[in-house]
Amino acid sequence: MPVLCSACTEKRAVLKRPKTGHSLCKECFFWAFEEEVHYTIVAAQLFKPGETVAIAASGGKDSTVLAHVMKLLNERYSYGLKLMLLSVDEGITGYRDDSLETVKRNQEQYELPLKIVSYEELYGWTMDAIVKQVGLKNNCTFCGVFRRQALDRGAIILKVDKICTGHNADDVAETVLMNVLRGDVARLRRCTAISTASEGEGVVPRCKPLKYSYEKEIVLYAYFKKLDYFSTECIYSPNAYRGYARTFLKDLESIRPSSIMDIIHSGENLCVREGVKMPVQGTCKRCGYISSQALCKSCVLLEGLNRGLPKLGIGKHHRLHDKILSQQPLTEKEERKLKSVDF
Amino acid sequence: MCQVVEEYPDQLERADLPSVSKKCGKCKEASTAVVIRTADTYCRGCFKEYFVHKFRATLGKNRIIFPGEKVLLAVSGGPSSCAMLNQVQEGLNQNAHKKLRFLPGIIYIDEGCAVNQTVEERQRKVSELQAVFKAAGFPFHIMPLEQVLDLPNSVVVAAPSPSEQLASTYKAAVDHFIQAKRSNDLTAQDQEETSVPYVQESHTQRLQQLIGSAKTLTAREDLLNTLKQHLLVHIARSKGYSKLMLGDNCTRLAVKLLTSISLGRGAQLAQDTGFSDSRYGDIIVVRPMRDYSANEIASYNHMFNVPCVVIPSLNTKTPDRASVHCLTESFVTKLQVDFPSTVSTIYRTSEKLQTAGRSSISTNLCDRCLLCMCTMDTAVEKASAFQATQVSTQLSQAKPTGSKNTGPEQPTASGQCCSGAGTEGCGSGVGCCSSASVKTPDLKSLLCYSCQLTIKDMLSVEHLPAYILSEAQRRLRRFRMREDISEFLLDDGDEGGDV
Repeated sequence: MPVLCSACTEKRAVLKRPKTGHSLCKECFFWAFEEEVHYTIVAAQLFKPGETVAIAASGGKDSTVLAHVMKLLNERYSYGLKLMLLSVDEGITGYRDDSLETVKRNQEQYELPLKIVSYEELYGWTMDAIVKQVGLKNNCTFCGVFRRQALDRGAIILKVDKICTGHNADDVAETVLMNVLRGDVARLRRCTAISTASEGEGVVPRCKPLKYSYEKEIVLYAYFKKLDYFSTECIYSPNAYRGYARTFLKDLESIRPSSIMDIIHSGENLCVREGVKMPVQGTCKRCGYISSQALCKSCVLLEGLNRGLPKLGIGKHHRLHDKILSQQPLTEKEERKLKSVDF
Repeated sequence: MCQVVEEYPDQLERADLPSVSKKCGKCKEASTAVVIRTADTYCRGCFKEYFVHKFRATLGKNRIIFPGEKVLLAVSGGPSSCAMLNQVQEGLNQNAHKKLRFLPGIIYIDEGCAVNQTVEERQRKVSELQAVFKAAGFPFHIMPLEQVLDLPNSVVVAAPSPSEQLASTYKAAVDHFIQAKRSNDLTAQDQEETSVPYVQESHTQRLQQLIGSAKTLTAREDLLNTLKQHLLVHIARSKGYSKLMLGDNCTRLAVKLLTSISLGRGAQLAQDTGFSDSRYGDIIVVRPMRDYSANEIASYNHMFNVPCVVIPSLNTKTPDRASVHCLTESFVTKLQVDFPSTVSTIYRTSEKLQTAGRSSISTNLCDRCLLCMCTMDTAVEKASAFQATQVSTQLSQAKPTGSKNTGPEQPTASGQCCSGAGTEGCGSGVGCCSSASVKTPDLKSLLCYSCQLTIKDMLSVEHLPAYILSEAQRRLRRFRMREDISEFLLDDGDEGGDV
C-alpha cells in the first residue's frame, strides 16, 4: 500500500522527512522546505527591502541550495533584494577549480552576477603554496582565517550590505558541540546567533538562512530539484578532531532525529556566568580588520608565511605581536620554535 | 578548526606515556603508588591526603552546608557515591583536621523494578547495602522506587526557600555552633533501625508499565532519573533534611553536560551540573564529588578498601547506540583516551555557565516545568529552534480546516492551541484539553523543551504517577481560570509586580 503524503493527503509520499519524520510528496516537501527558510528569514528579520545581498557560493550543496532558494523566495515574496554570488578561490588544484566551474554554471542558471576573489590576489599565496610550506597539519587554520577575511573583502568590492552563508542546522549543532569540547565559551555563546551584528569597519554582517534546515533535507532538496552541485571533500582536510564531533552528531541523530534542533535549542538558551573573562573586540593595528589581539589572525599567519616561520600563527604567541608590528627580528630561539614543521 | 593540533595544541594534545618516576611527586620520599594524570604521581599517604583535602576544600570553599544542618547522602552503591560516604565518615571523625560539622543520613533508592530484578535479587542487594550503611554508623533510609507512586503533589511544587542563609553569615554560624555544641558529641547519633517499606506487587507492575510506556531508552532513562529525583527530594523533605548530596563526579558531569546539551537542556545546564542546585527551593542539591575524576575515585576506593555494591541500571549491557545517554558516555570515554583533557575541558565549560533568568529567584512558581522543575524555556522569540521545529511540523501536516480539528484524537492540534500564546488559540485549547479525557491531561504546555521530548516518546501519559497527573490538572485549571479573567488582570504575573 503506497504511503500518502501527510500534508496534501492526496499524492503518494516519496520521502520521509529527516527533521519531523513525516512522509511527504515531492511538491509538499519543496513547499515545506522553502516556507521554513522563508519563516526563518522573516522571523529573524534577516533582510530589509532594497538591500544588496551576496550569497557565499562554494559550489557545494549548501550554497547551491541557498542560492536557489534565495532567488526563489526573493521572487515569491518580493523581498526586493539584489542578489549576487560571491566565491573565494583558495587556489586548491583539483578541488576548488572544479567547484568554481559549478559556481560559474550556477551563475548562468540563476542569472546572478558572480564575483570571485582569490587568495592569490589578496594575500599573494595560494593554498597549494601554503601547504607546501606548512605541511598538511595546520593548513585548515590558514584557509579558514583567510576565507573569513576574503569574503569580507569581496563583499566590500561588491558593495553589498549583507553576506549570507550556507551553514545548515547540522553545522551549527556541530559547532556547539565543538565549542563545548574545546571549552570555548566566547564562541559557544556566539555560534548559535543567526546573524552577526555589524561589527565595525571592513566587516559585513552575515547571516545563515539555512540555520534550521537539516543537512539531509538540503541533500534531498538538491536531489529532487536535480540541482547542479559539486560534492568532494577538500583534498587537504584531514578533519581529525571535528570529525569526532561530526560522527557523534550523526549517531545522535540516528537515535533521536530531533537531536540537531535540540542541540541548537540548548545553544540558544545557554547563558554565560557573569565575571567570566571574554575577549574584547578591537581592530588589527596593521590592516584595521576586527581582532581581539593587537594583530589579527590573518596578519599573523601571513607574517609567518612571509618570514618562513609558518608556526607563528599556530598556537598562541601574543607576546610576539609587538615585535612583528615594529618589524623587529625575532631571536634565534624563537625562530627555531616556529620553524619546525613536523609531518 | 579542522585538525588535530591547530590553535589549541596544549588542550587537545594526545596522551604521552606517563613518565613514572619512582618517587612520589609530592613528598619525594615514598615510592609512587598511583598516577592520576601524566605528571601527578603520589605515594599512598600523599594520595590520601590529597583526596581528603579536596573533599573538605570543595565544601569549605562553597560554604553552602551550615554546621548542624541535616544532610542526606544519596548513595547508589556505585564507586562515586560510596567514596562520598567514606569521605563524610572520615570528615566526621573525632580527630579529623577541619572536621565536618553537619548531620548526615543516607538514602538508597532500590530501582530493581526498573531493570526487572526478582524480589530475591533486590533483597540481596539491599542487605549488602544495609551492611555498608550500618558500618558507616549514620541513620539510613532504604526506599523502593515504587514509593514514587504514592508521592504527594507537593513534590513537584518548589517550596519557598527558608530564610536566606548567606555565605556572609557562614562564619558567624560556625563560631556560634562551636560554642554551643562544644560538649555535644555529634557523631554519636542514634542509628535508627529503618525497616524497608513493604512493596506491593501491583505497585511494581504499575511502575514497570510506566517505564515500559516510554518507547525509547533515552526517554526511559530520562523518566527514571526524574522519578528518582522526585523521590529523593520528597524523602529529604519528609525526614527534615535540608541538603541533598549527590555523588556525581567530574567524568559523570562531563557526560551529563554533553547529554543535557544533546537533549535540549541548555537552559538548565548550570543547575544540572553545577555544585549546587536550588530548583526545589527548600532542598538544595549539592555535588561535592565534582572535582574528582572517575579514575581518582576508583584508585582511592581500591587502595583504601572502600566498599561498593554493583547494581545494574537501565543501560547496563546495552549497545552504545541504545540511547543518547549511552552514546554520549562512550563518546566522552573514547575521546578521553586519545585526548586526556577532554573531561576536564568539558567540565570547565560547565563552570562558566549560568541558568538563563536565574537571577530572579522569585520567578513565578507555576512557570516551572512539571517534571524537572526548572524554569520554562519554551517562551522563546520567533526566530528560534523551538519555533522552527513547530513550523516544520505544521507544514508537514494536513492543514486543519476549521471544522476538522476539534476531534479529540488530535494530540498535536490540542498541543498547539494550548501552547500558543494567543487568546484565541487558548480558547479552543480549553475545549480540546477537557474533551480529550479527564484522566490524561495535555502536559505539553506545562513542560520544558526537553521534558516535552521525553513525553513525546511515550505511548501514553496515563501511567504517570498520580501526583504528576493531578498537579498537571491543577495547573491547567489555574491556567484556564487566568485566561477567563485575563482582561481584568493588570499584571502579567499572577503574584503581581507590586511591592
